[in-house]
Amino acid sequence: MNSVGDGQLTFQFSAAERVEQILSQYPDKRSATLPLLHLAQEQVGYLTSAAIETVAELVEVHPGEIMDTVSFYTMFYTKPKGRNHIQVCQTLSCSLNGADSLVDHISEKYKIAPGEVSQDGKISLVKVECLGSCDTAPVIRINDSYYEGMTVEKFDKIVESF
Amino acid sequence: MAVFKPILTRYIHRKDSHTLSGYKNVGGYKALEKMFKTMAPDEVIEEVKASNLRGRGGAGFPTGVKWGFIPKDSQKPTYLICNADEGEPGTFKDRLLLSKAPHMMLEGMIISSFAIDCHLAFIYIRGEFYQEYKVLEKAVEEAYAANFLGKDILGSGFDLDVVIHRGAGAYICGEEMGLIESLEGKRGWPRIKPPFPAVEGYLMCPTIVNNVETLACLPHILNRGADWFKSIGSEKGSGPKLYCISGRVNNPGVYEEPLGILLTDLIFKRGRGLIDGRELKAVFPGGSSSAILRADEIDGLQMDFDSLSAAKTMLGSAGVIVMDETVDMVSVCLNIARFYEHESCGQCTPCREGTTWLVKILNRIYQGKGSLNDIDMIFEITDNIGGLIDPEASGGSFGKTICPFGEAVAWPIRSFVEKFEEEFIAYVEKGVDVS
Ligand SMILES: Cc1cc2nc3c(=O)[nH]c(=O)nc-3n(C[C@H](O)[C@H](O)[C@H](O)COP(=O)(O)O)c2cc1C
Ligand code: SF4
Ligand code: FES
Repeated sequence: MNSVGDGQLTFQFSAAERVEQILSQYPDKRSATLPLLHLAQEQVGYLTSAAIETVAELVEVHPGEIMDTVSFYTMFYTKPKGRNHIQVCQTLSCSLNGADSLVDHISEKYKIAPGEVSQDGKISLVKVECLGSCDTAPVIRINDSYYEGMTVEKFDKIVESF
Repeated sequence: MAVFKPILTRYIHRKDSHTLSGYKNVGGYKALEKMFKTMAPDEVIEEVKASNLRGRGGAGFPTGVKWGFIPKDSQKPTYLICNADEGEPGTFKDRLLLSKAPHMMLEGMIISSFAIDCHLAFIYIRGEFYQEYKVLEKAVEEAYAANFLGKDILGSGFDLDVVIHRGAGAYICGEEMGLIESLEGKRGWPRIKPPFPAVEGYLMCPTIVNNVETLACLPHILNRGADWFKSIGSEKGSGPKLYCISGRVNNPGVYEEPLGILLTDLIFKRGRGLIDGRELKAVFPGGSSSAILRADEIDGLQMDFDSLSAAKTMLGSAGVIVMDETVDMVSVCLNIARFYEHESCGQCTPCREGTTWLVKILNRIYQGKGSLNDIDMIFEITDNIGGLIDPEASGGSFGKTICPFGEAVAWPIRSFVEKFEEEFIAYVEKGVDVS
């Protein structure tokens, strides 16, 4: 299988104990799929076809089935993201409180449309759905952290450190 | 009536509320000791039934009754899953408990597991909640070290392991059957019910799915008794409830009040009214899956399961989203439709095709290129996805889709067009071009 076509031919989990621990937590192997995919993605930054094949082997299902699972979830990526992956919530409470102008600002600042990665690989931008923090709208998530009550000024301050 | 003192969120402002010692200092894990010493599993189920606790995840199903559905003669293991997937637009209460009171939820999980004879329980937490996951991981570690989890808990002979399982960004995995499929490592495609998860759930074994807030109520019920719990709120719904308020209000946030508080009190007292003193236009009372209410429909309306279903909407996740007079209903309706289009799992034709069509049509109207026929089409499509809003008029035409997501799209979208039809017509007639 080479449906991802990323050219990275091999993959090996660097945290072998963690893999064993994950597998041992579930009554069946396949239930370990999501945690193993998360782990692989943390390691490489995205899911290469080699990583998907490795997970498939560990949970003993066909790689095509893992690929099917991967394609269902928005947090799994089969292409590299930017080093700073900016996720802007576009759902109602955020949209009522100015999320659209944030997207425009970020797009303009880095010359990327939502869904794209900047040329230097530093920034990627996506629009996402309700992040479960609507009381602090508008909300963005950069990599694994939330930034709440966002304004254009606040955003510019945060990214200065990147 | 006595002034209500928060129960679930009473201590969350303390810096150490998320730690084991912080929780123990305020009486944490006392219910567990009491249970192991004095109660049999059946007695726990009876107590929870008597408390009138109804699920806080959206459907409001009586918790003790659900537990009672597990087949008595089952030879298979039983599983408990804590639903921490919180993804309903306008909802952010579970996140608060996960980050500030994880041990309260864990104590609830242990109580529930004991009641249903479960020895392996899962917490399915939405993937985006990474910081909350870290807090939870630490809490579980602490609970193992203190023998609240693991083998022979507090010398009771009862064993329980808890596994935290991260989702990966799919709203539909909050639906209990979608969640179970996802936990099994597959795409989150809901299964047809029945069989219900209590009979055939995770790995085809009896499985109970309960919401974070539901579970967090359990220690309090065991500590203070079913009668005390029942005395909070009204006959239509008992106990404390976490309400989320967001949108165009001055003081958005999570507020704990008894079930049945007035919606107007939530908006104007707790939420301190609308931004810039504007007029209220409409409100989602229970997340974006509930039908909206116009400002003239909310006087005297109580926030409980039965009152809101009588008002042809629902308490749902208690995510109150407030819209002021300046809010454009066509654009809000489009925003919501787009959410559901994106989140439909694509399994059933009416839902997959219907949400796509709704977005197309609403986009067309929003761009000033719609026709009156489009408005009729919206009614037709929503009826095809999820039946009519009025249970009587629908002649019971519910359940056209595999899971209740169908109704969750159809009802709110239809309510916009029904209650603000003049705005949709204005877009069509004036050909407003706002793009
Ligand atoms: C589309 C959809 C999304 C849902 N999302 C959630 C959710 O994020 N969290 C939750 O607890 N329940 C959610 N539910 C409800 C669950 O299916 C289930 O009823 C609930 O977790 C049961 O717990 P409870 O009885 O304690 O309320 C959702 C239901 C549907 C139809
Ligand atoms: S109703 Fe929609 S979300 Fe639910 S199973 Fe069908 S297609 Fe999937
Ligand atoms: S709408 Fe943006 S966090 Fe909920």
